[in-house]
Amino acid sequence: MTLSTTGSRPRPLKPFARRLADAAEPWLYTAPVLVLIIAVMLVPLILGLSYAFRDIQLLNPFSGGFVGLDHFRELSQDTAFYRALRNTLWWTGASVFLQFFFGLILALLLDKPFAGRGLAQALVFLPWAVPTFLAGLNWAWMFNPVIGPLPHWMVSLGIMSAPNNILADPHLAMWGPIIANVWWGIPFFAITLLAALQAIPRDLYEAAAIDGANPLQRFTSITLPFLAPTIAITVLLRTVWIANFADLIIVMTNGGPADRTQIVASYIFTQAFKRLDFGYASAIALVLLVLLLAYSMVIVVIRQRLIEKD
Amino acid sequence: MSILLTIAHRLAILAYVVFALFPLYWLLKVSVTPNDLLYSEGVRMWPSHATLEHYRYVLENSAFPIFFRNSLIVAGSTALVVTLISSLSGYALSRFTFRGKYAVVALMLITQMFPLVMLVAPIFKMLSPLGLTNSLMGLIIVYTAFNVPFATFLMQSFFDGIPRDLEDSAMIDGASRFTAFRQIILPLTLPGIAATLGFVFTAAWSELLFALMLISGNDSATFPVGLLTFVSKFSVDFGQMMAAGVMALVPACLFFLLIQRYLVQGLTAGAVKG
Amino acid sequence: MASIEMRDIVKTYGDHPVLHGVDLSIQDGEFIVLVGPSGCGKSTLLRMIAGLESISSGTMSIDGREVNDLKPKDRDIAMVFQSYALYPHMTVADNMSYSLRLRRTPKEKIAAAVAAASAKLGLDPFLGRRPKALSGGQRQRVAMGRAIVRQPKAFLFDEPLSNLDARLREQMRAEIKRMHAEFGATSVYVTHDQIEAMTLASRIVAMNAGSVQQIGAPLELYDRPANLFVAGFIGSPGMNMLEGTMASDNGTSLVRLTNGTTISLGQAVDLPEGTSVTLGIRPEHVTIRPVTGGVAASVELIEPTGLGIILHLTVHGLPFKIFTSDRALLAPGTDLTVGFPTERLHLFGPDGQRIALVPLEGSVVSSLTAS
Repeated sequence: MTLSTTGSRPRPLKPFARRLADAAEPWLYTAPVLVLIIAVMLVPLILGLSYAFRDIQLLNPFSGGFVGLDHFRELSQDTAFYRALRNTLWWTGASVFLQFFFGLILALLLDKPFAGRGLAQALVFLPWAVPTFLAGLNWAWMFNPVIGPLPHWMVSLGIMSAPNNILADPHLAMWGPIIANVWWGIPFFAITLLAALQAIPRDLYEAAAIDGANPLQRFTSITLPFLAPTIAITVLLRTVWIANFADLIIVMTNGGPADRTQIVASYIFTQAFKRLDFGYASAIALVLLVLLLAYSMVIVVIRQRLIEKD
Repeated sequence: MSILLTIAHRLAILAYVVFALFPLYWLLKVSVTPNDLLYSEGVRMWPSHATLEHYRYVLENSAFPIFFRNSLIVAGSTALVVTLISSLSGYALSRFTFRGKYAVVALMLITQMFPLVMLVAPIFKMLSPLGLTNSLMGLIIVYTAFNVPFATFLMQSFFDGIPRDLEDSAMIDGASRFTAFRQIILPLTLPGIAATLGFVFTAAWSELLFALMLISGNDSATFPVGLLTFVSKFSVDFGQMMAAGVMALVPACLFFLLIQRYLVQGLTAGAVKG
Repeated sequence: MASIEMRDIVKTYGDHPVLHGVDLSIQDGEFIVLVGPSGCGKSTLLRMIAGLESISSGTMSIDGREVNDLKPKDRDIAMVFQSYALYPHMTVADNMSYSLRLRRTPKEKIAAAVAAASAKLGLDPFLGRRPKALSGGQRQRVAMGRAIVRQPKAFLFDEPLSNLDARLREQMRAEIKRMHAEFGATSVYVTHDQIEAMTLASRIVAMNAGSVQQIGAPLELYDRPANLFVAGFIGSPGMNMLEGTMASDNGTSLVRLTNGTTISLGQAVDLPEGTSVTLGIRPEHVTIRPVTGGVAASVELIEPTGLGIILHLTVHGLPFKIFTSDRALLAPGTDLTVGFPTERLHLFGPDGQRIALVPLEGSVVSSLTAS
């Protein structure tokens, strides 16, 4: 080794410690978060995946053995699971659609300035702050003919013949959690969409108005295209989230009556919490995860196609 | 025409406000209705006389004060810790480009995708040898991890709204990056910090499934668990249940009302950048 | 105050080079202006001096000490940002004293330094205000004040005036020049505005596409631009560029333009006939004379600036700009003859580099000659 550098560009190397410090800086900021996520989410996730292939029963000290695909074989025969799958589709589809539809209208209403907007906004967003278990209890009480007004009102309106609890009616029970979910979830869509609406440059509307576009044309040619990316990502995230969201159902109906409101997420919870069969619960969760990932991939691919078309 | 539109607009807003508030109003109404009037005046909008008897009973004869205290400790600590560490990571995502950044973002996104129920069993198995089941500490750790990814993205969007020139200027003025972060950037992110605090507090205050799984005794039960056991035990005493419900509602709603306008701001800042 | 030395400074983002080896020596007390179109790398170079961008290769020294690995806070330089970058949550006084407080300067000294700077900049009435309550011009002054309280080794300016309106910009330009004359601080100033560059600089560094094109005093760049880029960038309205090939007539070199006409260079230039060249002449150096007979040029468009008139005209099919203060020419359609004083011609070779012409004795005016 010689001390002279070759070539015409003598370039002092950065001291090693300094380079290390520079490279480590972003990791120092992210370290606490990463450690937590890995320890409390990633490791349990991997463990949970492995449980799907093992016999894990909390109260059985002899459990823990490797059972291969037994859980999945059992699952393929499990009619309760298939019913839960159908219920999940219904629950997720209806909830997302209604939340989005009413959330969009609310966001559009709030995008216009009016006296008292701040107060109105705070009040209509309030349900989001209500703890989900309480929202569930609250709506269960509302549907309860003993103390809730809803059955009586429905009778007066001629929707029902007698003031019964719809949560006890196998044909109508699912509407209970869905309505509670819509009530609770509208603010999320409204907040996100309102934020996106307020990011649209106002002069675009002025330009369109000068060009002679009527309000409906302005909505379809400016508002919707601008909102589209937000709508796509929010609907995707919410769909996944609601499919996984069991709180309301557990609190309101616990899957009943006759499993009519059992969705996959609440079924997993029942298996884990009531039967303490963690292995089987993990197998179901794995299937749900795969389905949701497949769904997300499809959405992402469709979105990519749409973007490439433009 | 435009007057009609204005009226329709206000009526629509009013309809939303009524829809949002009515269930909460009903909760309050039943909680102050004396038991003897509950059935006779079922659908009346306000009982012919109101009472705070249910509240008194719940506070004196149940474990709710303990639940309340536990929830306050859990939600408060979670909110503080999450906000602290996700402001650091949000800042890193906003300001640094580094190898592995996409992996970090991907990791955080993945945690938003899978069913958290899936973690119930493994987390229980991991925490119990550490003595962290049936303990508030265990809940705080779990809730902190669950809320950190979203909080990081939220904080990042707030940091993205603050010009880089400010910390460049501070660093030229003689501050290290961390000093610039503390003295210049953080004070300007106060609305974002408030929004994150409120969001996480509300989320931790409301969490049910893991609290149910990890906590068994009354001593470290949080409000949701307490209320739910109370409901299944005394499912006839609606007045008392609803009084407890109102008490569970108040802290979350207060927090939310304080921060809700920053939440829209924060999401707007993110939307403008993205 | 300090000198700044740059040796073969290279900056790459990944595989994408943005600066290709910059060499620049800045003397103590000089006012250097980095000028060029946006994206030329001038701001990157300035941020490398500040330590805000890492140096991919090469060396940067301040006062003879290599600073490549020194953090911004240890370089003892001040910077004025285009956005001013005032700390919104601090008062004007706190903004100005922040750097001194970080250095744990004694309170009395801080107070004295802030008072001196604020008196100089006329900021006394605003010391207790937040930046939000100031006008654009006042914010600009605070940014300046924040830089001068520190008495740093060097001042860096990143397009500090581009957010101001025209009148204020002119005023602040003069003020910066006055302050530099007074303090004599080493300054590096980035701008895309060639007027700012011309008026402020002791030396201009013209940059394009990540390379230094020419370094020199302002009038040197104006009088003897080193290449086509500098010729086109410095001066407003821009230089007329005529493409053609070398030819000769009785030992005098000519340029044959694309439309077949020729212009005499009035001297022999050592270039083979047929070489492609570009001939440049500034709009203010073209001579014009109104004529009555139908001749070469007719005015197509007139832009009066007040100070003079910019005429757009076509000569033998070639578009031209001429700057004149003769208001008699204000009517479109006027016919003119145009002349090109040979001592004002700029000749650039096929590689775009300047080819020196020998200054001629007396003034010889060439005109376009149809061959």
